[in-house]
Amino acid sequence: MTGLDKIVSSYEEAMAGLEDGMTVVSGGFGICGIPENLIKEIYRKETKELTVVSNNCGIENYGLGMLLPKRQIKKMVASYVGENGEFERQLMANELEVELTPQGTLAEKIRAGGAGIPAFYTATGVGTLVAEGKHHQIFNGKEYILEKAIIGDFSIVKAWKADRHGNLVYRKTARNFNPMVATAGKITVVEVEELVEVGDLDPDEIHTPGIYVDRLILGTFEKRIEQRTVLTA
Amino acid sequence: MALSREQIAQRVAQELNDGDYVNLGIGIPTLVPNFIPDGIEVMLQSENGLLGMGLFPTKDEVDADLINAGKQTVTMVKGASLFSSAESFAMIRGGHVDLTVLGAFEVDVNGNIASYMIPGKLIKGMGGAMDLVAGADNIIVTMTHASKHGDSKLLTNCTLPLTGKSCIKKVLTDLALIEIKEGKFHLLERAPGVSVEEIIKLTDGELVFEGDVPEMQF
Repeated sequence: MTGLDKIVSSYEEAMAGLEDGMTVVSGGFGICGIPENLIKEIYRKETKELTVVSNNCGIENYGLGMLLPKRQIKKMVASYVGENGEFERQLMANELEVELTPQGTLAEKIRAGGAGIPAFYTATGVGTLVAEGKHHQIFNGKEYILEKAIIGDFSIVKAWKADRHGNLVYRKTARNFNPMVATAGKITVVEVEELVEVGDLDPDEIHTPGIYVDRLILGTFEKRIEQRTVLTA
Repeated sequence: MALSREQIAQRVAQELNDGDYVNLGIGIPTLVPNFIPDGIEVMLQSENGLLGMGLFPTKDEVDADLINAGKQTVTMVKGASLFSSAESFAMIRGGHVDLTVLGAFEVDVNGNIASYMIPGKLIKGMGGAMDLVAGADNIIVTMTHASKHGDSKLLTNCTLPLTGKSCIKKVLTDLALIEIKEGKFHLLERAPGVSVEEIIKLTDGELVFEGDVPEMQF
């Protein structure tokens, strides 16, 4: 890495500095648009006691679900954990802490973290368990709760195309949480399917400007599908 | 006869207005696109970052990068747009979605809804449901009227942890179309061949109606 060049040559280098007890914020919705090889590297390193922030926790033995069997996750912040039997088992057995967070609130917490906004008010969750212990405030006759921003020690992101400066383009619904996650890490690591020359991306098409990206690696992806639904003729 | 899942979806589709932007939850609501009335234009919003969701793909069109909120592979219609989760929930929380259709475990006479967990039994998470019920004015809940054991899901007070408070005004079950106002369930329509007495029997919360309650038309 020199100058604005963010490329690293190995996954080991990409996740260097990740330590036990850190907070990792991950992009992806279900297993769509997940940084699958960066997650594998966390599995390989056997980093433990992690707080992981992601909309879901993968599926059994794929995506973030890989980090469950060796109990690498101490706390999960997610909106939906329904697809993962091992997750539910660890949760019911009190082996894992979970902070269920409404999906829009989660997206906004990460966005706010990246934008230097420490907290924000939202109507989502008022009158539910989510609101317990949170500051309530009325604006224009409606009640809101105060939600705090999230910043990760590491952010892990999957994009489609990038140039060496870390300018990123996502593809279809694999974008999901990735653009916010890219902004919210003390160290942001991105893996991509395709590297192009600086100047090849139309500045108008860049979703995440390289300023947010610290490390970049070219990967090959399995891209599993959770629910393969097709039209029956 | 109680409505089938398809008939529930078909009746919901009658509530769509020309030009609506609609968010459909997982389960029965995902069947609604099959019944959009001829001659009206609607755009389906998928909370994971797609406006303009189409039908399921053919085998050759399957794309791992294109899924809906239920993680199913889908397609896009002409005029579709793609965006981040933050942008998606700006649409939802900012009140830009015209109609939201979602499922539930319980609804009560005060418009409270419970749909995301059963303590000690099932913890799936709220996904986008809390945002949807807090951000939308026009919500239709679709669910079966009672459990398989005959326990009513239309209650005086929800017993499960709430997804949202005082936010539901309309419920469509396999037996009835119900409006919630002034702390009561108001019976608007009944499923073909289902009597008012049967509906009363399976409704725990206070249920009121005026005159002859019409059957749903398909």
